[in-house]
Amino acid sequence: MVLASIFESGVSIQFYIVLSTILFAIGAIGVLIRRNMIILLMCIELMLNAVNLLLVAFSTYFGKADGQIFVFFIMVVAAAEATVGLSILVMAYRNIRTTDVSIFNKQKG
Amino acid sequence: MSLELVATILGGLTIGSALMVVISKHPVRSVLFLVLTFFLISSNYILMNAQFLAIVNIIVYAGAIMVLFLFVLMLLNLSKDNEPKSPFYIKIAAVTAGGVLLTVLIAALKDGITVGATSTVDGSSEGLVQNLGHLLFTKYVLPFEISSVLFIAAMVGAVLLAKREKQLID
Repeated sequence: MVLASIFESGVSIQFYIVLSTILFAIGAIGVLIRRNMIILLMCIELMLNAVNLLLVAFSTYFGKADGQIFVFFIMVVAAAEATVGLSILVMAYRNIRTTDVSIFNKQKG
Repeated sequence: MSLELVATILGGLTIGSALMVVISKHPVRSVLFLVLTFFLISSNYILMNAQFLAIVNIIVYAGAIMVLFLFVLMLLNLSKDNEPKSPFYIKIAAVTAGGVLLTVLIAALKDGITVGATSTVDGSSEGLVQNLGHLLFTKYVLPFEISSVLFIAAMVGAVLLAKREKQLID
């Protein structure tokens, strides 16, 4: 069953603009205040999802599916980024026994 | 129950669980709250008639990426005690900077949309598999094929990075 269009039943596009901007800001604040590298990668995923949410909202708002295709490609890039980032994390942990990002600016070579 | 109320409750829950991802001291709790956030974002997709993307979001993000995060977290054996903390002034500065970013983005975007909602001819079927698949294999077939090259590059990179180098051990 296809639901009635949400934007025709009173919800404005401004609601989703504000929601995804707040999610993006939470992700940005998380990147700035946390020092654990895994949490940093998770906050990046959160920011990517905020953008995805806004793309889907506009795709529904204008009745075009192109925005949802872009969400696909963002998911592809996010999966690739997560695997490479986590393998860098595992390699770094093996060498310096910590996931604190502030240690990394002392690394030479 | 009106659709507006459902959307407001879902939005509030999404923001709350996203905040808990940042606030939680324990990394495992953070990962679990991020999984909850992805499920809530998926329910927002369902509300916006993007049914296929909602399922793909659950499978790819909550199913694959977050399990990978959880797996690495268990592998590294982190605990609450050796969790690195940043000093208080950095937290204040970060929250201020994030608040300024939020204010500027909302002020810039809020009144930018002057065009009304466009309803589709056949009634909101653009989020279903048939329409998306057709678009993906006609208009966007070149980016689709290029993304497979990206996946191969990511796979080779991950294997090369995570492989233990023998000469370093000896």
